[in-house]
Amino acid sequence: MEATTVKAHDTFSGGVHPADNKYLSAHKPTVSAAIPKRVVIPLSQHIGAPTKPLVVIGQEVKKGEKIGETTGFVSAPVHASISGKVVAIASFPHILGVDLPGVVIESDGKDEWVAGLKENSDYNMLSSEELKKLVQDAGIVGMGGATFPTHVKLSPPKEKPIDVVILNGAECEPYLTSDHRLMLEKSKEIVEGLRILMRILNVSKGYIGIESNKPDAIEAMNKAVAGSSDVKVWPVKVKYPQGAEKMLIKAIAGRTVPAGGLPMDIGVVVQNVGTAEAIYNAVRYGRPLIERYVTVTGRGVKEPKNFLARIGTPFSQLIEEAGGLTDAAAKVISGGPMMGMSQYTLDVPVIKGTSGITVLTKEEVSTKPYGPCIRCARCIDACPMKLQPSLIGVFIEKGHYQDAKDYNLMDCFECGSCTFVCPANRPIVQWVKKAKKELAKKKN
Amino acid sequence: MRILSEVNSMDAPVKEQPKEQRKLIVSIGPHMHDTESTSKIMWTVSGALLPATLMSVYYFGLPAIMVILVCLVTSLLSEAGMQWLLKKPVTLSDGSAFLTGLLLALNLPANAPLYIPFVGSVVAIMIAKQLFGGLGYNIFNPALVGRAFVLISFAKIMTTFVAPVSTFMALDAKTTATPLVLLKEEGMVKLLEIYHTKAALYQDLFLGNRAGSLGETSVIAILLGAAYLMMKRYITWHIPIPFIATVGILTWVFGGKDGLMTGDPILHMMSGGLVLGAFFMATDYVTGPSVRSAQVVFGICAGALTTLIRLKGGYPEGVMFAILLMNCFAPLLDRGMRSRVFGKTAVQGVKK
Repeated sequence: MEATTVKAHDTFSGGVHPADNKYLSAHKPTVSAAIPKRVVIPLSQHIGAPTKPLVVIGQEVKKGEKIGETTGFVSAPVHASISGKVVAIASFPHILGVDLPGVVIESDGKDEWVAGLKENSDYNMLSSEELKKLVQDAGIVGMGGATFPTHVKLSPPKEKPIDVVILNGAECEPYLTSDHRLMLEKSKEIVEGLRILMRILNVSKGYIGIESNKPDAIEAMNKAVAGSSDVKVWPVKVKYPQGAEKMLIKAIAGRTVPAGGLPMDIGVVVQNVGTAEAIYNAVRYGRPLIERYVTVTGRGVKEPKNFLARIGTPFSQLIEEAGGLTDAAAKVISGGPMMGMSQYTLDVPVIKGTSGITVLTKEEVSTKPYGPCIRCARCIDACPMKLQPSLIGVFIEKGHYQDAKDYNLMDCFECGSCTFVCPANRPIVQWVKKAKKELAKKKN
Repeated sequence: MRILSEVNSMDAPVKEQPKEQRKLIVSIGPHMHDTESTSKIMWTVSGALLPATLMSVYYFGLPAIMVILVCLVTSLLSEAGMQWLLKKPVTLSDGSAFLTGLLLALNLPANAPLYIPFVGSVVAIMIAKQLFGGLGYNIFNPALVGRAFVLISFAKIMTTFVAPVSTFMALDAKTTATPLVLLKEEGMVKLLEIYHTKAALYQDLFLGNRAGSLGETSVIAILLGAAYLMMKRYITWHIPIPFIATVGILTWVFGGKDGLMTGDPILHMMSGGLVLGAFFMATDYVTGPSVRSAQVVFGICAGALTTLIRLKGGYPEGVMFAILLMNCFAPLLDRGMRSRVFGKTAVQGVKK
């Protein structure tokens, strides 16, 4: 299928090589999912303050209309993804595993855009501040899954000058192919989005990092860049978690984000390729973020597919459109199998950070008990942050959270590589999450 | 039983579903797992000892089989019995008790009366392993503790070795000294008297045609198994290579009777339990360090201790005591030699 190999650049040490299973959906062109009859649009789809509803029950809304207003700087507005009538504002199941406030809209079948969306055919004339405002108003957040409000990342303090913007097209999560398809199908828009980002930050160097297992995406992006000197496509080694911000910066810019620091500390801003495309749409057409690429994949669905789906589309609808669940389906994950979150109900909606829905079968889901640590060092070799997960795990297992912290617990970004390789099946990253919560509780 | 779902229930409770929907498994990611498991590792390492085991049977005949059988059966029974007594789940299938039994057998002389493998196995499993908390918690390599116990308790028998035999029933076995004993007590001259040329000596050492413990004699058979484990990345070079190299260098420098640099490193590296110990005992995950740089230090120190015991100590062989002594330092080495955390400018010490 992919005969050509691309020479990849050097990268971080550590990491793991899970079977990527991307062949299930990588070759399938994206199709538009049906416009849902009813969407649940959570008022919180990002890291930061939740939005407060701007609509009341019974109100008619149009596609693209703002329905949730920000309550702080680290927040992002939410918009109606279909036209229709607001029928409920209450708490609904959210992919985080809890019920969170959301707005339910029933479609009127017209799918009309809200009036007053401002097109900018000549957006290069806009100032940095004006561009940033457009991004903020469009409700754009990190679409790789972190959902951090984009305009915040684009507002670094003065003492931290940015000189490199990196687009993340690594897509190191197994199974997922939404970024891959996006790079093939929207390469021009992504490059334009990157240029807008570079204008906002006044940066002259832009990179697009792509794992070398996607030679067609690398080719498409190279074509879209068309030899211009400001943007470079940068093939990186295939290794999980290559798409983690710190690892990608190491691979592309050769810089190391200081422990406990942010990419902006070393002059770098990283954005997902999907975010760049959304930024282009927001700036060029004035369209807020109301739809995204979603891969529905795994051996638990009958026909894995890539969808362009409206925010608020229930998982159940997309899974139906992908042929439905197979008899063996046992676990439905929002995102990929390494960092994604398993769901207990298919009523949860697609949100801005939903890059995919992965359905695993019974055989693929392990419910084995875990055993004692045999100190084999596999986790130490796998840890991209060069921690000692084995020891941290033993500490937390015994409730010694402070000891775990002394062994740099806080530097873990929970990629799960340690847990993936552990022969004793120890839930190390799960413990880490628990310990961080316990430590935070103690602090308060 | 501690199971995964119990952990999940602390953070993300599995919720009840409406009746018409199918039950979905909910847990915290990662939702994929590598195919390795503790039992697979243990059984594979046991399998890698097969060449050495077969060679021991070839050279020492029926008595070797008896020693191996007694060790295996006693180890498995001790493990099961002790776990039953301590009201723990019985975990014979993880292969760790089998491996300990096999390693102990390969470290015993073929002519040992059968109570020796029995006592050794009981000490190894019940005391050195289970009383310290079982798999993963023992400080000292159980097989080596078992061997140390019987070596000290039955010193005479444990240092009497038989020459490889010509018939399977091994009725004509005659006692003889190991090459290291000959070297220590009578010098190189005596060895050359027996083997005539150095080449013949090296060849017999390499193939295993010499007196010694069951599994330590055939260097080629041990290396075969070790190469397989290294290929599968079950063990790495970090401990065994520095271990053997250190013994080679130090015995070359200090091991000769005619002053510095006159020792015979090849003889030293291929004799005694060095190759078996370096590749299969010092590399034991549980009792060695797990930080790679600490493993190199562990290997070098074990090599230095081995040489010290061989050249200056009361025993002709020092691998066993060297590894056991270094086992004590493994946790300290791990703590002291942690690698620098990604993005940290200096290694931060642990405040205690």
